[in-house]
Amino acid sequence: MPNSPFTPGIAAGRLSEAELAGNFTDLHSPLDAHQATVAADRCYFCFNAPCVTACPTSIDIPLFIRQIATGTARAAARTIFDQNILGGMCARVCPTETLCEEVCVRQTAEGQPVEIGRLQRFATDLGMANGHPFDQAPATGKHVAIVGAGPAGLACAHRLAMRGHEVTVFDAHDKPGGLNEFGIASYKSVGGFAQAEIAWLLGIGGVNLRQGQALGHDVTLAALQADHDAVFLGMGLAGVNALRADGADRENVLDAVGFISELRQAEDISSLAVGRNVVVIGGGMTAVDAAVQSRLLGAENVTMVYRRGRDRMAASRFEQDLAASRGVRIVTDAQPVAVHGNGAVREVEFGYTRTGADGLEGTGETFRLAADQVFLAIGQRLEGAPDALALQDGKIRVDENGATSVVGVWAGGDCADGGDDLTVTAVAEGRDAAEAIHRALG
Amino acid sequence: MADLSSEFVGIKSPNPFWLASAPPTDKEYNVRRAFEAGWGGVVWKTLGEDGPPIVNVNGPRYGAIHGADRRLLGLNNIELITDRPLETNLEEISRVKSDFPDRAVVVSLMVPCEEAAWKAILPRVAETGADGIELNFGCPHGMAERGMGSAVGQVPEYIEMVTRWCKENYDRPVIVKLTPNITDIRRPAMAARNGGADAVSLINTLNSITSVNLDSFAPEPTIDGKGSHGGYCGPAVKPIALSMVSEIARNPQTANLPISGIGGVTTWRDAAEFLALGAGNVQVCTAAMTYGFKVVQELISGLSQWMDEKGHSSVGGLVGRAVANCSDWQHLNLNYVTKARIDQDACIKCGRCYAACEDTSHQAITMSQDRVFEVQDDECVACNMCINTCPVEGCMSMEQLAPGTVDKRTGMRVSAEYGNWTTHPNNPSVQAAE
Repeated sequence: MPNSPFTPGIAAGRLSEAELAGNFTDLHSPLDAHQATVAADRCYFCFNAPCVTACPTSIDIPLFIRQIATGTARAAARTIFDQNILGGMCARVCPTETLCEEVCVRQTAEGQPVEIGRLQRFATDLGMANGHPFDQAPATGKHVAIVGAGPAGLACAHRLAMRGHEVTVFDAHDKPGGLNEFGIASYKSVGGFAQAEIAWLLGIGGVNLRQGQALGHDVTLAALQADHDAVFLGMGLAGVNALRADGADRENVLDAVGFISELRQAEDISSLAVGRNVVVIGGGMTAVDAAVQSRLLGAENVTMVYRRGRDRMAASRFEQDLAASRGVRIVTDAQPVAVHGNGAVREVEFGYTRTGADGLEGTGETFRLAADQVFLAIGQRLEGAPDALALQDGKIRVDENGATSVVGVWAGGDCADGGDDLTVTAVAEGRDAAEAIHRALG
Repeated sequence: MADLSSEFVGIKSPNPFWLASAPPTDKEYNVRRAFEAGWGGVVWKTLGEDGPPIVNVNGPRYGAIHGADRRLLGLNNIELITDRPLETNLEEISRVKSDFPDRAVVVSLMVPCEEAAWKAILPRVAETGADGIELNFGCPHGMAERGMGSAVGQVPEYIEMVTRWCKENYDRPVIVKLTPNITDIRRPAMAARNGGADAVSLINTLNSITSVNLDSFAPEPTIDGKGSHGGYCGPAVKPIALSMVSEIARNPQTANLPISGIGGVTTWRDAAEFLALGAGNVQVCTAAMTYGFKVVQELISGLSQWMDEKGHSSVGGLVGRAVANCSDWQHLNLNYVTKARIDQDACIKCGRCYAACEDTSHQAITMSQDRVFEVQDDECVACNMCINTCPVEGCMSMEQLAPGTVDKRTGMRVSAEYGNWTTHPNNPSVQAAE
């Protein structure tokens, strides 16, 4: 092994192949049948259960857990897929600790919730192994265009196909999945699960995928409207917020999103280079994913710096603890003021912050962190939205059914205003927009 | 320190915990281990008449009902009486009794309903030095098909007859073990007393099929595609056993007949409940079979701690303490009015009380938008279902309405007077008498 965590600069192969393989296995190992039974036994089958209310897709959690407990995991999977066709991915990536499991009454009672996320994975893994559970309704003769093959677009496409509509999905990437494929930390979705799930989802039939079709470049909204009975936009947030600090254009100041994507797509993780000293700027899940994976690749020092207090971080407490447990140092109340270096970044200078009368302000005290690589995770923004669409807070304005300001065009997922930027929220919005489109196509 | 020593029909043991006649007491090896673990006594697994040994099935002989986390709640068996030679058992009984003189060793017996058969075996049991015998009139499977076990226990005349034979041919205590597979447990108990029994022990196991295999459509445990009913025991049968024990204890004709309580005793608390309902001691099987002989240590320490805390100095002083409070429905005080109460600090907002009340009871619990559950006194009939479904112990309780306060459900003031159905104006027989 030529390199180690102490190799200066940016280097690949800082860890052995075995160490890397161990680092990038499943974050949460799947439950076996016995573990699932024991875990399912803890569910109280609450009335109007808080966990269901907390789930953006409103999965009937007590029912599916009771179905697991009574030895009918396929029925449990069906219960999940009825509400959330991407229940398999959501079981892996949902921040359950801030959704269903946070409000579990056994969290209240014992500080230990029912393991809803892992039980969902148990059921969906078994359910998906049994083929596709839904059938298309008789063909309606209607044809709907979907932009983006991410969670929102896929959920929308599946529900429309179930209702008998023909669906064509236009996606900018070379393979479908959106953030499920490109935006999620590798250890949350191992073994090519995203593509396997899409293949399974397409088992419904009636959905055509067209890759390499970016809106505004290869297809236009007007053309899609002309050729289809309805359009759903779920293209996510392609733009990455830029760092506004002196020297932000120095070499090796990179987007965290790109780093995460590169890692997910890598054939050989040991060929990926990472800095000895890595600085991640941001406080959300993307920041945690980038920081943790930098450590897992063998970076010696990884520091995550967030401009506000820990309580304001978008990353859940679980994610923060995960980062800490992987050796990531979390610095709060500091914002970048300059990127120093000679061509490439060498140091990032931060200024401490506090909340003043006019919002966040610098205290005047600064410090520097050595950095061979800087990953920016300071938010993504909508890019290339068709001019015809009205925006709200920088995103496509939609009503409660996902309808945009343009008749016949719906939107959902991260590109649409409202809701958290979560996979599960995107699924709910895509599904609900499909039902709205179905009603409109009557 | 509470005195746990026990004397039951003259048989002394260091504690009131005996192992019931069952697989755990089938041989010297087990019984020695049981005594070393601390059991006060054993009832040796049932001996049959001399001759070719009993044959058991060679497939599974137990079936079970499980609760959450596979906690064993009910056990069923189709095992017969001992399948070892009579002489072997008698030799082992002699040795064990001789080595453990302070422990109770009672021998369970089941031979055909012929006086000669009993006359043949009783002297041989007496020679072992065992403290007494227990007549197995209870096993509901297998042996009953041959006219023994519960086939005898279901005919009071047979019970009395065989008991009398035993009393005439054996000079130590005779305990008659009763089957619960009858309609009125008092009848066989009276028959035993009439035959001169020193005590009864109950309950033996209940006829049962624990489950059906849904692939083969055969009862479990399945023997080559077929199953037969077995005897059910374990925690699930405790309520049935308690009721039957109390029936005998409060029946004037059997009130002084000593009872050895059997049926689902799993913890010290279960044992204390049997004692309170009139049992002079308890016999345990399923708990030992589930957790091993060591459970007796918890039975001993638990009963001892509770007795110390409550100031009960002896086991004998506990026996029958709850019998006088076992009443008939018609004598329950209808002027005793309670309402369910929810400790909002303890409530975890699962809503099970709401579902139970709203769907299946009296619509007396309301649920707010933010999941605060509240009892509505004007609808609450105090049925207790909410408390029974609440997963948090102590979260819900029943509160008595003080005499003089108005019950919002009926609009009536709560009376301080005792008033039961026999004098209630809605009772047709009361009106007829007027």
